[in-house]
Parts: sequence; C-alpha cells; structure tokens
Amino acid sequence: MTPKVGSPPSAARTGVWVGMGAIAMAFAAYTSAMMVRREGAPDWHHFQLPSILYVNTVILLASSVALEAGRRRIGDDYEVGRAARAYLSLALGLGVAFLVGQILAWRDLAGQGLFLATNPASSFFYVFTAAHGLHLIGGLVALAYMLRRVRVAVGPGTYGALGAVALYWHFMDVLWLYLLGVLAVWL
Amino acid sequence: MTTVSTPPTVAHHHGPPTTFISKYVFSTDHKVIGKQYLGLALVAVTTGMVLSWYMRFHLAFPDAKAPGLGTITPEQYLQLMTMHGTIMVFFVLTTAPFAGFGNFFLPLHTGAEDMPFPHFNMMSFWVTLTAFLVLVAAFVVPEGPPLAGWTAYAPLSAVGSGSGPGEGTGQTLWAISIFIFCIGQLLGALNFICTVLDMRTKGLSLARLPYVTWAWFITSVIGLIAFSVLSSACVLLILDRVAGTSFFIPAGLVVNDRVLTHAGGSPLLWQHLFWFFGHPEVYIAILPGFGIISTILPAFARKPLLGPRVMIGCMAAIGFLSYTVWGHHMFLSGMNPTSAMGFSVPTLIITIPATIATLLWLGTLYGSKYRFTTAGLFCLGFISVFITGGLSGFFLAQPSIDTYLHATYFVVAHFHFVMAVAAIFGIFAGTYFWFPKMFGRMMNETLGKWHFALTFIGVYAVFMPMHYLGLAGNVRRYSSFPAEYMGQALPLHKWITIAALFTGAVQLIFLYNLIRSRFAGEQAPDNPWEATSLEWSTQSPPPWDNFGGRHLVVSHGPDEYGVQSPRGDYIMQTDPP
Repeated sequence: MTPKVGSPPSAARTGVWVGMGAIAMAFAAYTSAMMVRREGAPDWHHFQLPSILYVNTVILLASSVALEAGRRRIGDDYEVGRAARAYLSLALGLGVAFLVGQILAWRDLAGQGLFLATNPASSFFYVFTAAHGLHLIGGLVALAYMLRRVRVAVGPGTYGALGAVALYWHFMDVLWLYLLGVLAVWL
Repeated sequence: MTTVSTPPTVAHHHGPPTTFISKYVFSTDHKVIGKQYLGLALVAVTTGMVLSWYMRFHLAFPDAKAPGLGTITPEQYLQLMTMHGTIMVFFVLTTAPFAGFGNFFLPLHTGAEDMPFPHFNMMSFWVTLTAFLVLVAAFVVPEGPPLAGWTAYAPLSAVGSGSGPGEGTGQTLWAISIFIFCIGQLLGALNFICTVLDMRTKGLSLARLPYVTWAWFITSVIGLIAFSVLSSACVLLILDRVAGTSFFIPAGLVVNDRVLTHAGGSPLLWQHLFWFFGHPEVYIAILPGFGIISTILPAFARKPLLGPRVMIGCMAAIGFLSYTVWGHHMFLSGMNPTSAMGFSVPTLIITIPATIATLLWLGTLYGSKYRFTTAGLFCLGFISVFITGGLSGFFLAQPSIDTYLHATYFVVAHFHFVMAVAAIFGIFAGTYFWFPKMFGRMMNETLGKWHFALTFIGVYAVFMPMHYLGLAGNVRRYSSFPAEYMGQALPLHKWITIAALFTGAVQLIFLYNLIRSRFAGEQAPDNPWEATSLEWSTQSPPPWDNFGGRHLVVSHGPDEYGVQSPRGDYIMQTDPP
C-alpha cells in the first residue's frame, strides 16, 4: 500500500482501512457459509485442531509486537536506527515463521487423512487458513518493501506508509484470532 | 472529514509518461484508465448485444438456421443467455458508468492530479480485462460456455465436467473470471473511496462534491462489500468444481445416471451469497446513472437540482437498503413466508428514495427552459425508462404476485428497463456530455438526436410487450415454445426480435458519431455546456496532470445555475466567492 508520491500521508492509512473492510466482508461471507453448511449436516465431522496453531498464534502476535517496537524506534526526526531495522526484520521473520507453522498444521491434518474435500469441516479449515495466509503474504511483501524503503532517513510519507502497513499487520492478528476462535468453537 | 479536507499536493514528482506503452497501455493516468474501461465496455456491449440477437432470432424463428450457429439447441440458447447476462452485468453495466467515467472524472471532480494509488488503479483495469478474456475463452473450450445463467445457480453450476453441455471448463472459467473481476473492482473502489476522502482540493467539502461524485463514492462502498462477498462465493464454487468439496452440491444427486460423490451441500447457500452481492449489484449499475442525471440535468435546465441534500440522502439510503433486500430474488426458492415478508417490506421501502429521486428530477425540470441537447435528451430518456421499469417493481416486490410473475418475461421487462436500459441511457448521457472534455472535440448533435429518438422508440418496442408476455404466462429462459403452449405469442416474439435488431442497428449511428467526432469533430471549448464542476475549469482534454499544476480553491457548490454572474447565469466552483 504505497500511496502516490505527492498524495497526503493519510491516504495510505485510509486505503488500509478500506481494504480491511473488504477483507472483513470476505471472511464474514466464509463464516456465514460455514454456519449455514454446518447446520444439521450429517456429514460434518468434528476434529481436533492441530496444537501447533496455538504456537503459531503466539508467533504472529510476537511479530506484531516487534513491528510496533521497530516503528516506535523511528524518532521524530525520522532517523531509522539499527534497532528499528532489527525489530522490523524480526517482525518479517516471525511472519514467515507463522506461515511455515501453518503449513506444518496442514501436514498434521493431512497425516490424519483430513484433506480439503474429506468433509465440510476440513474444507472450511483449509479455506479459512489458506485465505488468511494469502492475505498475510500480502502483508509480508509490504513489510519487506518497507524494510527496503527505511534503510535511509525517512520522511513523513514513508513513516505514514509504515504506519499503514503496521495497521494491516495488526489486522492480520485480529483476523487470525477471530478465525482461530471460529475454528475452535465450531469445527 | 466533514467540512474541509487536507489539500492535496498537486505537483507531480516525475515527468509525464514518454513511451507509447507507459502512456497508453500500462498507464497509471486515471484518465487513460477510464478510457480503457470505456473501450472494454464498448467491446463487451457489442459482444453481449450480438448474443442477444441470436437469442431473439431463435425465439422468433425457432426452426431457422442462425448465421454461424445453425439451428440453435436449447442448451446453446441457455449458453447465449448466460454469456449475454454475465457480459452485460459485469463488463458493461459495472465497468462503463462506474469504473469508466468514474476513473476519468472522479479525480477531476475533487481537484486532484490523480488517484492516491495509481498502480492499483492500473492493475484494476488489467485485472478486469483478464477477467473478460477468461470469460470469453469459455466460447472455445470443450463442452462450451456455461449455461447456468448469469446467477450461476448451484448445483447446475457446481456439478462439473461430464454432466452435460456447458458444465465443463466453461463454467469453471466463469467462476474464475468473476473472482478476478471482483479483485479488479475492489482495487478500483479502494482508490475511489480514498480519492474522495483524502484528495479533495482546498474548500471542497463533501457537500460541494458533484452528485455524480457522491454516486461513485456510494457505489464504491456498495461494491467493496458486494464484490468481497461474491469473491468468497466464487472461491467456494471453484473448489466444488475442481477440488471435490461439497459446499453447494447436495447428497444423492444423480447426473447422467451416476450418483455424485458430493454430499451435504446447500444450493440455497449459493443463492444467498450470490444475491447478497447480486441485488446491490443492481445499484452498482444504476446509482452512477442517478449521479450522472442529477449532475447533467441542472446544467441543461439552468437551475439547481431540487433538494440537493435529499438527493444525496436518497442515494445513500438506496445504498444501505440494497443490503436488506436480496431475499426477494428467492421468493420461489423455498423461503418461508415470514422471511419472504422480511425481504418484501424493505423492497417496498427502497422504492421510496428511488421515487423521491425521480420526483426531484421532475421537479427540477418543472418551469425550466430546458436545453434539448443530446445529453439532455438522454437524461429525459433515463427518467422515462427508470419510471417504467420502477413501476413494475412494485408488483414484483410482493411475494404473492411475484409467485406468478417471477419466472416470466414480466421480470425480463422489469430489470431490462430499470437497470439495463436506464443505466445505458445514463452512459449515453454521460458520453454525449463528457466527450468534449475527454477528447477535446464535440460530438455531432444531429446524429446524436437521431440516435436518441430511434433508441428511445426501439427500447420501448423491445421491452414494453414483454410485460404482456409475462402477464400471459410466457415463461423466460425457454428457448422455444410449441404451438400448443404460447404459440399465440409467436407474432409478438417476432415483433420484439425485429425491434431488437432495429435498436441494435441504430447503435451504428452512435458508433459512427463516436469515431467521426473523435477524429473530425468540431474543436471543443473548455466548457461547452456552461457547466460548473471542476473538470470544466481545465482544458479539453485535460493535461496529464489535470490542472496544469494549479492549486484549485473551491468556493461554490456544484450546481449554481440560474444566478446572476459575470459569466452569465452560472457560477463555476472555482470562481472567487
């Protein structure tokens, strides 16, 4: 979400808010589809969520903390010190670790014979986690881009964009917590 | 963000594009993207119209061989119908009035040099074009294009290859195409919303935005919600088709003497998800028309629109209510009467803002010395067809009457008048009005008036008789009717077909006018219609940075007509206070 050079710094943030609205609606649609599909379905087989998901959750939350720590270490004069860059890199690394963890969760399920089309519960599990993962990859790309952009002293535009990326990243946390809740309760 | 917004920086930090590719192909200039969208819509509408001609030809002359297709089979008829509906709804009625004109004029209306995310904007067009190409690729795949209708009702749309004509790759391409289309429109809506909220020039409060800009803004918000939901629905449909899941396919379905392995899916779930998008889509198609008419009408009536805030309120109310009525498409799909009532009431309520808007247009016309330009005539035509189509909506909103009429030509007449023809008239009004600004040349008014008169007569000749067909019980979606069933309606079908061919042929006048005016039209002044909004205070066509680096300051509302000023009877938004 890099706004056009010359547009107000608030544009990136507005853009992320709008994007979050769209993503929220897409997941609301998946959730309502799950509710309808689950109701009274004889073929709905409950299964235990892979425990690695909870580890992944901690990793994702930690990445948000690291991102915020890095962002706040950029001072009023927009100097990006080594510590700030280290925190941003850590956030990126933890984001990748989360994705790897999600793939391990998939492998766990596959090992139990639960695939995408095995039953509606597993179908929704894969759809939810894949859709969230794809949106998270978008965040990773944005984060990597910002890391490149803040190598030197940054202006208000770049700082504003970093704030927008952070907002999106935290939204990915909230979305994951929501999905985890939905999966834990209804799967 | 209610009064005065942050003034945008108007100076470009880089020079204008220099190569052909960056200037005309992969352009980030919102004006070029707007023209690209309109070009796509023109190709799409031509394709869609030819498909409808084939349908009409077969309905009137069921035994005759259609050029290039031979005798049309029932399956081919449904394929024509599906592709006609899909192409028209998505690639014409959404792209032209919203993405096309919106891209070109929204930043101009806000005094910005461009949208805040021009690369997303460029992607928006190319993604949409990809969606179109994926869709038309369905014509050449084995088993042919899909036949489940533009609404792609499951399980017909979900059962997959080997189930019959149109059930193979074509239907999968349909779902992929619509998913891609959703992404393109979301990128566009994102830019539209951010432009309105963050890129308004000094003094341009929200209340001073032209009505059409409000319409694009509201449409963007509707689209943001609608296309998100449809994209999710398409993902589930694609998975049902290619990955063996059972979201929409019920248990025990027997197709071609074999029991499908899918189980437990809900076809009604697809309908809910689809119509949650589908009904707001009607307003995505028509609200820009509302805005175009509300903006153009005062310019030719030379007086302000009656009830400016009420008009904006009506558009916002329609936008909100559009999310409460989707179930009225499903009265016949097994809905309990209480739910039907729950959807019927807001459906009737939504007619109130639509009626108020219509009355405001008529009230604006009352006592005015109207300038009967081609654009002005198409505005009047819009009001006429919108009223005609809207009136039949009152009948269909009631479940008991809809039970009889829903599957008949009455509905075909209703939605073609109210969303298709009305939106197209809005597009024509916009084209004749804005062509001088877009291309720096005037369109030929004589040809334009002929185009209007013949099109106006043509669309009534095509769609008015369909009301009678519907009342007589003539069901829709059937490819032909034997003598013992609706045989007496055949002469009327022939009339409609001839009228449709005639109305289509009349569009050649428009096409000729468009091409001729583009290259040999009279040079357009900056403000040929003596209009007030910001696009008229720059050159025709606008320079690449829109206002030549000027920082605009807005001191007036968008329709200060019928006043005394040094200019005559109007004050432009950029005139000093």
